[in-house]
Amino acid sequence: MFSSAFELLITGDPGLYRIIGLSLYVSLTATLIAALVGLPLGALLALKEFPGRGAVIVIVNALMGMPPVVVGLAVFLLLSRSGPLGSFGILFTPRAMIIAQAILITPIIAALARQTIADLWVQYRDELAGMNIGTAGSVATLLWDGRFSLLTALLAGFGRASAEVGAVIIVGGNIDGFTRTMTTAIALETSKGDLPLAIGLGAVLLIIVIAINAIAWTVRRTGERLAGAA
Amino acid sequence: MRAPDSDLPLRFERVRFEAGNRLILDIESLSITNGAPTAVVGPNGAGKTTLLRLGMGLFEPTVGRVTWGGREKVPPTRRAILFQRPVMLMRSAANNIDYALASVNAPSRDRRRKIAELLALVGLSGFEDRPARRLSGGEQQRLALARSLARDPEILFLDEPTASLDPAAAKSVEDVLRAVAERGVKILISTHDLGTARRLAGDVVLIHRGKILEHSVSEVFFKEPRTEEARRFQASDLLI
Amino acid sequence: MFKLKSAIVMGFAALALAAAQNVAAQDKSIVVASTTSTVDSGLFSHLLPLFKAKTGIEVRVISQGTGQALDTGRRGDADVVFVHAKSQEEKFVADGFGVKRSPVMYNDFVLVGPKGDPAKINGTKDIAAALAKIKSAGATFISRGDKSGTHSAELNLWKIAGIDIAADKGQWYRDIGQGMGAALNAASASNAYVLTDRGTWLSFKNRGELVISVEGDKRLFNQYGVMLVNPTKHPHVKKDLAQSFIDWLVSTEGQKAISGYKINGEQLFFPNATVPGA
Repeated sequence: MFSSAFELLITGDPGLYRIIGLSLYVSLTATLIAALVGLPLGALLALKEFPGRGAVIVIVNALMGMPPVVVGLAVFLLLSRSGPLGSFGILFTPRAMIIAQAILITPIIAALARQTIADLWVQYRDELAGMNIGTAGSVATLLWDGRFSLLTALLAGFGRASAEVGAVIIVGGNIDGFTRTMTTAIALETSKGDLPLAIGLGAVLLIIVIAINAIAWTVRRTGERLAGAA
Repeated sequence: MRAPDSDLPLRFERVRFEAGNRLILDIESLSITNGAPTAVVGPNGAGKTTLLRLGMGLFEPTVGRVTWGGREKVPPTRRAILFQRPVMLMRSAANNIDYALASVNAPSRDRRRKIAELLALVGLSGFEDRPARRLSGGEQQRLALARSLARDPEILFLDEPTASLDPAAAKSVEDVLRAVAERGVKILISTHDLGTARRLAGDVVLIHRGKILEHSVSEVFFKEPRTEEARRFQASDLLI
Repeated sequence: MFKLKSAIVMGFAALALAAAQNVAAQDKSIVVASTTSTVDSGLFSHLLPLFKAKTGIEVRVISQGTGQALDTGRRGDADVVFVHAKSQEEKFVADGFGVKRSPVMYNDFVLVGPKGDPAKINGTKDIAAALAKIKSAGATFISRGDKSGTHSAELNLWKIAGIDIAADKGQWYRDIGQGMGAALNAASASNAYVLTDRGTWLSFKNRGELVISVEGDKRLFNQYGVMLVNPTKHPHVKKDLAQSFIDWLVSTEGQKAISGYKINGEQLFFPNATVPGA
């Protein structure tokens, strides 16, 4: 049943490899950007007391459940030529897809990071204060020492980014050879009625995601062993 | 390398410290000056740890003031503390010390040498690349001591550093502390082990139920204690 | 640890560089908002390589319903709009969003339905009569419901059949609000009737029990037109590149390319750029 997609995979169909490449590029870049914002944000929420902190935590947690299509629509309206950021002309490009996915998964990474860092902060608080480490230094230390647990947060973000179709199809336009990803290709093949190819592409996507998780898991286990965390 | 201002003497002036609504510590006056180590002794729950944390600057007094060299609210750049249960960073032994060196902006070209020296000082030579979290309790305690010394402190606070060690390990930690004190580092050590206090301290502060009952030089404290509580404490009779 | 840190920093830098290059590498390109029928039928996959080989221009096609594609043009998010709903196209131009409408080609709609044929219309020619029978039989009918060209053609056919579908629709009329492919999948899964363009039907693979019920009625004619998005309204429109694509579509060469696209020997689109009033 999956044979058509795997045939393309095995015969090295350039179209399929470009789609896989773009999917990975978009989702990994979005994860990177979301990590650069979400990890420090999560750490700050874990260790800074400020008025309204509880409300911010509730909002970040709630945003984890944001429907991709809503994010896609919001980014679309921002980036449209008639929208406030239209002059950049990046609607229907991979950049727009990266932006949408980064917005989608930043709350996930921030919320999971906050939990991890809060647990670590309980242990580290006194030691770091005793070494006169300020907020920025504490954030950096906690992120580094929590790196193996935080990998799980990044994987959760990456998983959501690579699985979603609602946002990328709106802001990317599913343009053949340019903004077509695994998920939008699956949506297209479904609408063309080529269900075996669609499900085959789904299986290929699943294999890729499993492979990435396996790599991350191995890295985590090895790293933890070397650092004595586990 | 040390800034011209000194953190000594460390003074507590009419300090009260409350947690919740409970009075933990009530010190009319205490002055810690340069010289041989000061031992803070007293039964469990007397307020020893709180006194160290106030002196370190980790707590602020509810009432009164703590001063370092006559100044208030001096950040702990020239002080270091070794907690009773130190937390190792999730890195190698060498990188734990390197972290402390970086926290006082030690020049990076000296760090490798300093790390080796400090590890040697606490008897952990060759442990550089060992993950700190996988060391034994005693080894972690000694590594934490090296880490606090890496900050090149003028005052070193030690909270029950030998409590979890066997007598031989405790003895070797005491040897290290004696060497450190001889280099001119002021040591403030809390302990409920009178042997450690006797061997190490130049003066002894006895606290009980949050109050200082006696502050005397070591010989006086051990030979002719002035208070009934000090006598009872030395007779292991003052437990709560 | 420091090696790992610098490796991470280098990784970040490489990704940033890749991101910058990705955008810089593609600038001789235009965006065309078109309909699902032209994309799903495979027509663009046939035309665009020919056009690119000749001009070096990369055409990026976004497939939407006609209504949505015109909207995309209105907002200035495309350079060219290529759709199939003549009256809407003319309004688009009249409102100043498009420069000029050029007819390009036509194909036709077909009504497809289950082999079992509950409305007893298979093989008939009169689309209006067929729709009336579907209604009276209460046979399931799938409507796009997405303001696409096919959707507006369908609504128009109900009107011709003398049925006010907005008022008369019952349980049998299912408005799914999705594209042609989704509508065909839904019809295939529920053995329903559905109006589709012939191109999408021919390339559709999940037919199940579906067959053509009604075809050949003049009123099933489906005309495609192309328009340049007005550069005076949206100055960033790549006027020259876009115009050369439109010119190519209506040129002898482009028209020949359109008639050359076949599935299983069957021609899908019929060029008629030179027919007046098309």
